[in-house]
Amino acid sequence: MIMEIDIQIVNNIDTTSVYQRLSHCKSGGICVFIGSVRDSTQNEKVEALDFETYEKMALKEMEIIAKEAGTKWKLNKVILHHVHGRKEIEEPVVMVGASSAHRDACFEACRFLIDTLKIRVPIWKKEFFTNKTVWVTEHP
Amino acid sequence: MKILLFGIAKDIIGTSSLLLKEAEKNPKTVGELKKLISNKYPKFKTLSSIAIAVNSCYAEDKTKLQSSDEIAIIPPVSGG
Repeated sequence: MIMEIDIQIVNNIDTTSVYQRLSHCKSGGICVFIGSVRDSTQNEKVEALDFETYEKMALKEMEIIAKEAGTKWKLNKVILHHVHGRKEIEEPVVMVGASSAHRDACFEACRFLIDTLKIRVPIWKKEFFTNKTVWVTEHP
Repeated sequence: MKILLFGIAKDIIGTSSLLLKEAEKNPKTVGELKKLISNKYPKFKTLSSIAIAVNSCYAEDKTKLQSSDEIAIIPPVSGG
């Protein structure tokens, strides 16, 4: 069976489309993780985030991650969407998910997708504080 | 040899792409490039890691570089 992969770097993440993107006649479960902009980090007030991407490589790495998930679990559909550009508090910045016949596979795959994306995909986050901006150079 | 820069690497070097001039000795491998960059810009030594991508794939230190390659410095990533 062929796993469908949906990988995108976008200006805005459309969270409303996620069910339709992952639903599949052979899937009895869908698991999704959405990452969003938090208003503080280490007790400092954050005003916004700005994401820079090396788009060509990011898309390639996201595809490698999706395919790797497909070898570890029996998945019908996988999505990895990430934003670029400035995002305000509460805006979604990343959405990953998987659908599978039973829930164990999609729960585990979803965790793998976001954890691996954070380690490997060439995307950089700049935090905007009230009076400074900082490139995040450690995994949060 | 043109090198793409992103994130904090762009701020350290002060430009979005770095052109190693013909006069400079072009690094032959990824390992040599890493050494050259961190000697020229010591701030890179303060980062927890630094990777090099060749033709948009992570490359090992022993990977050989051609002047036609698309080379990028990948500072610690922080997506998600």
